[in-house]
Order: sequence, then C-alpha cells, then structure tokens
Amino acid sequence: MSQKGVQTHAWPLRLAHWTMAVAVLVMIGSGWRIYNAEPILPFRFPLFATLGGDVEAALARHGDPGVASAIAWHFAGMWLLGAAFGLFLLYGLFSGHFRRDYLPLTPRAFVRDFTDALRFRLEHRLGVYNAVQKAFYWGVLLALLVVILSGVAIWKPVQTYPLETLFGGFQGARTVHFLAMTAIVGFLAVHLALVALVPRTLVSMITGRSGPSPEPEGEAP
Amino acid sequence: MIRPGQDFDPARRRLLGGGVTLGALTLLTGCNVSDHDAVQDALQRVSVWNDRVQAALFGPNRLAPTFPESMAVKDFRYNAWYGPDQAPVLDPKDYRLVLAGRIADKRPWSVEALHALPQETQVTRHICVEGWSMIGKWTGTPLRVFLERIGADTTARYVGFECADGYYEGIDMPTALHPQTLMAFRLHDSLLPHRHGFPFKLRIPTKLGFKNPKFVTTLYVTDKEPRGYWPDRGYNWFSGL
Repeated sequence: MSQKGVQTHAWPLRLAHWTMAVAVLVMIGSGWRIYNAEPILPFRFPLFATLGGDVEAALARHGDPGVASAIAWHFAGMWLLGAAFGLFLLYGLFSGHFRRDYLPLTPRAFVRDFTDALRFRLEHRLGVYNAVQKAFYWGVLLALLVVILSGVAIWKPVQTYPLETLFGGFQGARTVHFLAMTAIVGFLAVHLALVALVPRTLVSMITGRSGPSPEPEGEAP
Repeated sequence: MIRPGQDFDPARRRLLGGGVTLGALTLLTGCNVSDHDAVQDALQRVSVWNDRVQAALFGPNRLAPTFPESMAVKDFRYNAWYGPDQAPVLDPKDYRLVLAGRIADKRPWSVEALHALPQETQVTRHICVEGWSMIGKWTGTPLRVFLERIGADTTARYVGFECADGYYEGIDMPTALHPQTLMAFRLHDSLLPHRHGFPFKLRIPTKLGFKNPKFVTTLYVTDKEPRGYWPDRGYNWFSGL
C-alpha cells in the first residue's frame, strides 16, 4: 500500500453514487408530498420532510397545495435517478466491481457476519465488504430496480401496459412503489448510521482512496 | 385527480398548513428551494422536455386497457376545485357547442344534434394525478368522428376546449384522433349528470383525469399549444398515461 492509500472507488462509481444520493433525496422528498395528496395508508408525511415549496404560497398563487411542484421535481429527478442507476449497473457489471466485491455471498457467511455485527465484533476493512454489506448492497440495488419499474408503470400505465400487471395493477404498482421506497429509506438509515461509525468510508467515497493507516475498527457498510 | 380539484376541505388545509413553519427549516432539501424563480424555471424546462418524451412514447393506436362492465363504478367519484352543487347546470334548450379555429364547418351544435352522432361504449379507467383511479362506463362519440364531421384540419397540432365552469384544456392531435378518445354523453348508461359535465365531457383514457374537460362549450383546432387550467398551475402539460 502506498502513502496515498488504496484505491477504493473508481470515479464512475463515485459519480454514480453521489448522483444517486441526490436523486434519491429528491425522489423521496417529492414522492412524500405527492403521496400526501392521496395517501394509501392512514397517515401523511410531515410537510417539513417533503419537497415541493411552500404550501400556503402555492395555495394563494395557484389554488394548489404544492403538489404541482412536487410532481415537477419527481419527473425531473427520475431522469437523474435513471441515469445514475444505469451508470452504476453498467460500471458494476463491466468493471467486475459486482463480481469482485459483491460476490461471493453465501447464506452461511451472511449468518456468520450478521451475528458478529450484532455482537459488535465485525471489523471494517476498507475496500473489502463483509457478507452483511454485500447483502445490503444487493438489496438496495433490487429496491432501486423495483422502485424504477413500478414508477414507470405508474407514470405510463397505458404505454407500458401490461407492465402494471407485474405489480397487481395500477394501485398495486403504487403500493409496490411505496414499499420499495420504504426499503430504500431503511437502507439509507443503516447506511448513514454506519458511515457515522466509520467516517473514513465517507472520505474514501469522496476521494476514491482510503487513508494510509488501515487500522481495523467499527463494522459494516 | 385534480380534475379540477383537490378536496380543499378546511381540515385538510389545516393539516397541510401545519408544517409550513417547519418547512422553512427543512434539512433535506429545503421546502423553499422549490419557490425560487430559477428553480421553477428549470423544472418548467424539464416539464417541456417531458412533454416531448411523452408525445414520442404515445402510441396512436395503442389502446388503454378495458375492463368488464361489472368493474365499472356507477357512483363515479366527483372531483373539482368547487363542490358538486356549484357545478354549472346547462339547459339543453339553450346549449350550443361553439366551434372555432381550423374547422371548415363552424356552425354551432345543439345537444340534440350531438346526441344524433354515432356512439360507442367503453369501460375504461380514469387515473387522477393525485393517485386514485376508478373504472367507469362511458358512452359517446369518438372525437375523431366529430372532427371529421365538422371538417376539422386534423393536420393541425392541437385541439383546445373551453368549459362552462371557466376551465380550459387542450390536447395534442394524435390523442384527439385516438380511437378511445370520446365525447362522452352518458355515464353508466344514464345521461351525464351535471356535476360530471352535462352535456358532455371529454373521456380520454390515455390522459390523466384533469385532461378530461367537462361541460365543454367551445372546441377549437389550432397549431398553438392551448393552455390548460392545471398546467397553468404548474402541472405537466401532456400528462399522458
């Protein structure tokens, strides 16, 4: 290992990662505002956590409670998310990143690492993912794929018909879209908590390199 | 959807308004980010780009799904920015559909004359921009048949509508000529109730609900993109499904 540390994340991956981060926040914030217009569960998201402008101002100006702006954000953010997700997938597949770093993943290794993680015994080594991390990354990639496909089914239910039948119809697609969003939010919570525990991972996702002193510490993703 | 209409009941307004002061402090993205002119302009530009994408995606002969009649809802959901009691009540004796723009025969149409047009029935799904959807049984004349009857220039780009409640909308010509785009005179076999747009509403299963104007009083054919009531309030213009 050189003084500059190890290369951990190549630039296309970092670009895709941070673009997705921004896009996901835009999609969640605006999606929650859109959800509030016609909730599928007996609750609404707190307005401060949603994206779509000041409601009173929009009501006064337009007679619309900011849903229009939220939809505009959502249908702009979708291009960003689609592009970043596509870049991430293509890079992951063709650079060997997925094969090298996300595999192998066996149930036995997952159970072992998961148990260690619960006992706070799992060590974090930059550039090497444990089985819990691998499962998490596969999981969030799957959730992103599902959120995008169900989103397309909701956006264009006629032009993409019968895509919606995959999700149990139009209302089913809304439910699946919501569940996939929930999975992504859950991933984000764990992801950010672990980054807070091992801040070096944040540096390496920005600079692409780990620091020169790889002392084992903390745990997973 | 918002075919004109959020349910702006006071409780809901209070609920929506409750978070506004917190909104100014939001961590994530900043509620008020959306209100900057530059942000609104950028979002509007993306929306115009999305119009073009949707026009390209639109299959002029691709049919919206149809459903068995047993799935059609008889008591169809009412949606507007005003209550059903405030819906315009048009007298069939006085009503005339006014024609304008690139149309050869601009003589106005009475309800009786409209009802004499060939009609067909469809059981299709109405999808609101808010997220709810409802299947209805609609009977009426394909807009294409009417446009041909009045000698409309179908090489023009748009068809626009003005309505008795001050609403206005417009659609692209390919959607106007789509086989499922109807001037609907009947809902679930009964004459269209006033609150649903008597004497007719546009029933367009390939568009969001708010692109289905009710109580149409003027129809015009034009090359200039017609404005829309909700698009003027920030919603996407094409709003195809």
